[in-house]
Amino acid sequence: MNVELKVTPDRYLPHRYAGASGDFNPIHIDVDFAKQAGLPSNILHGLYTMAQVARANVNAAGGDPRSLKRLSVQFRGMGFPEQEITVTGSVKHERGGHVIVAAEAEQGGKRIIRNAEAELDLAPSS
Amino acid sequence: MEAIGKTFAAFEYEVGKEKIGEYARAVGEENPVYFDREAAREAGFRDVAAPPMFAVVYSSGSVAPALFDPDVGLNFAMMVHGGQEFVWGEPVCSGDLISTVTTVKDISEKGGMGFYVFESVSTNQDGQEVVRGTWTNIVRGVS
Repeated sequence: MNVELKVTPDRYLPHRYAGASGDFNPIHIDVDFAKQAGLPSNILHGLYTMAQVARANVNAAGGDPRSLKRLSVQFRGMGFPEQEITVTGSVKHERGGHVIVAAEAEQGGKRIIRNAEAELDLAPSS
Repeated sequence: MEAIGKTFAAFEYEVGKEKIGEYARAVGEENPVYFDREAAREAGFRDVAAPPMFAVVYSSGSVAPALFDPDVGLNFAMMVHGGQEFVWGEPVCSGDLISTVTTVKDISEKGGMGFYVFESVSTNQDGQEVVRGTWTNIVRGVS
């Protein structure tokens, strides 16, 4: 099993994610506000990036969302729109269809999610 | 820290098909079980299924008041979301009524950084646990 996903959030993704999630913190949607805070632009929601790690793991497990039992992540650094994110992961432990994956999300050479660990059940009962 | 162990009133969220679709499109999901009722039922779900990370949508209304609680005293200007864990149980589908209760799990300090850990537990209308979230926020420059 190989966990890999590439995605480039477009310029307006943080706005759509803000609407979908309800998190309208201006650091994510207001470029001027973000620049005043010393950032080069508005930043991605960490939980959006975590959702990409979740998606990468569910896809690798065959696409059934019930296969994802647990996901923990550490947010490090910041993600930005209009730059490709790469999620990678590898199996750390596997027994009887129960898999532990170590994963991370990288953007522009920086790991924006590290020490992610996913627990997957490859034969979930529906 | 006297806020540790403090539990907040339950927050209720009714899950809707269009909200699931909006969220699923925003995060790039393409599996039809998140959009199409028939596809979801064929896959064994009661109704359109929510992606696992939809947990953010129905539980954040419970976590936010805990973050803003004066007893917790979290300095937002210096806060970053340091870590997140979700443990999933029963799948969430359109039509579910999800109730979430948040507790202040731990507040600690290490090397001038404050660690504020909250736990949210979400259950559906049948009392089944759907997700347990651990939200870790880090505040720089606490004395």
